[in-house]
Amino acid sequence: MIRDPIRDGIAGGWKAIDAAALERDLDLETDVAIIGSGAGGGVTAEILSAAGLRVAIVEEGPLASSSDFRMREREAYPQLYQESAARQTRDRSIKILQGRCVGGSTTVNWTSSFRTPRRTLAHWRDAHGLRQTDEADLAPWFARMEERLSIAPWPVTPNENNDILRRGCEKLGWASAAIPRNVKACWNLGYCGTGCPTNAKQSMLVTTIPAALERGATLLYRARVTRLVTAGDRVVRCEALGMPAPGVSPAPQRIRLQAKHFVLAAGAIGSPAILLRSALPDPYLTAGRRTFLHPTLISGAVMPQRVDAHAGAPQSVYSDHFLDSLALDGPAGFKLEVPPVHPILAATILPGFGAEHAALMAKFAHLQVVIALLRDGFHPDSHGGRVLLRGDGSPQLDYAMTDYLWDGARRALLAMAEIQFAAGAASIMPMHEDAKPLGSWKEAKTAIAALAMRALRTRVASAHVMGGCAMGPDPRKSVVDESGRHHHVANLSVHDGSLFPTSIGANPQLSIYALAARLSAQLAASLGKPLPGE
Amino acid sequence: MLTRRRFLQVGLAGAAVLVVLRVLYGPSRPAAYRVLDARGAELIAALAPAVLAGALPAESAPRAAAIEAVVAAFDQAVAGMSPAVQAEIDDLLGLLCFAPARVALTGLWSPWSEAGDEAITGFLERWRTSRFDLFRAGYQALTQLVQAAWYGNPLAWDAIGYPGPPRLPS
Repeated sequence: MIRDPIRDGIAGGWKAIDAAALERDLDLETDVAIIGSGAGGGVTAEILSAAGLRVAIVEEGPLASSSDFRMREREAYPQLYQESAARQTRDRSIKILQGRCVGGSTTVNWTSSFRTPRRTLAHWRDAHGLRQTDEADLAPWFARMEERLSIAPWPVTPNENNDILRRGCEKLGWASAAIPRNVKACWNLGYCGTGCPTNAKQSMLVTTIPAALERGATLLYRARVTRLVTAGDRVVRCEALGMPAPGVSPAPQRIRLQAKHFVLAAGAIGSPAILLRSALPDPYLTAGRRTFLHPTLISGAVMPQRVDAHAGAPQSVYSDHFLDSLALDGPAGFKLEVPPVHPILAATILPGFGAEHAALMAKFAHLQVVIALLRDGFHPDSHGGRVLLRGDGSPQLDYAMTDYLWDGARRALLAMAEIQFAAGAASIMPMHEDAKPLGSWKEAKTAIAALAMRALRTRVASAHVMGGCAMGPDPRKSVVDESGRHHHVANLSVHDGSLFPTSIGANPQLSIYALAARLSAQLAASLGKPLPGE
Repeated sequence: MLTRRRFLQVGLAGAAVLVVLRVLYGPSRPAAYRVLDARGAELIAALAPAVLAGALPAESAPRAAAIEAVVAAFDQAVAGMSPAVQAEIDDLLGLLCFAPARVALTGLWSPWSEAGDEAITGFLERWRTSRFDLFRAGYQALTQLVQAAWYGNPLAWDAIGYPGPPRLPS
């Protein structure tokens, strides 16, 4: 019997309120209101509550936990992801995987936990004027969060899907290494993406949020913040509505949350959307600008042997060869990893339909997949996207791939094919509508060189939305200062992935954890409640 | 996904089409589904054998049951999307179910239930390789939703060698 710490906690008296089941309007008052319960909100809730502040966390998605996590894509995607795991950019050309549940994307991510690359931090200092965010500033916060979330390089033999990436890189002389994962007593099942059924993944759902709730924090779930209401230069309350289900209209009961301080941690689409809906001061139109995605290219290979890429820790090997060997302001670099391959993910990633698609799906057990995450936001020709509001106030990301990024995409498809053939692939196929299975590296090289790199032809996905509320010293170029405080609103902070002035160049969760931890300690001190021992 | 506004931009359908559509058909008929109306369900049931050619069971009774399950799962997935995205999908399906728009946009003269797999495959290929982003987006939306609806179903797993999720001690 696997213990469900969330159901136990609720039975033990946690203040967890289902906003969709309210029978009347709800008024709450607290010291700090935290909007969003993902990587940024979870860490903030734990630290502020430890400092003795009263905290309320508002989360749009449901409170689901290990008893609900049945490892079935068709249940998990509508339950735990934005838009049934089919959120898209405005032109429909990039699919975005983003969590929508208590714990946010940390509940459904694949556990990869990298420190922010040194070169990224140096670029923020040199090109964006950050003065408190260099490696030495952040090192203790990385160490602290690594310890808190049991982050360590995966010591177990990688599954075949990952090992093919390792072997291919080894053959080609390209460096690869084990991925640090945030897990404790992991069962090596391979279902991180549908919610960890054994509570091994140290997501916010099972770590920081329970810690905050134990200290008396309030969790309001299935509650969408509609806007922040200001008086003068202060936010006086946030207003929210209950969300009975993703596809239906909000419940009519009004929720008003008053607080001394407000922290936005709704993710890099959600946080800018709340700023825009609230019409907060934005004299230089910076809110929601420069949003980054790590646009991700995908290459499939059919191996002679079974790969069973659905089983075992989904991401355990990476290669930074094409990040480290390229200048930040040179051609677009990319990080190489693999994704888990489950039936819905495979079916919607493989191009085509009908007999050709069925023939590829028939090789499901032999399918090996590599992904390349493009580093965006470092070059003048990679300025990111923009969060816009639809007529109904819901956000949409407008993101155009530039020629600069398409050049990186083509080089990424080539590199992945070369690795897959070096590791013994029988055939490979770039995920592109015009592609056919290719039987040799020579054939693949010619075919990939000829593919039209275009939206809605080349498959592009993203699981990392970053930026849009950039931190920086200059209000003309950023939304918040280096303490995460809004440039124009006194009692409002941002603590999530939207703070980053560029993409990270690595899976961002640990970058968010560490930054949110540092900002939360500063915030606690500024609210008169310094952390014990600091 | 195709939106009404963008259709105007490419000059393939006027706003009048949708106005007429709504006047002709009025509000959605009640159906067994959460978001699909009867005509939308018929359209997805017609697309499924073409999109999933080579994947659906061959025998007629299991095949019919599989198609019904695909339509139900398509409906479920769309019901889980935000109202704004649901409205876009509704617009796309509505247009495709309106005969003049169907002829203009897909080149299919017969109603969906009579079009046949070959003609439907031809239409999907035209949209897949269209120079208009909107048709390619429409193609991807329709095919991916149908593919997800089938491969999320345990009925589809044996044929692809997926054993399903492991059993945990309960």
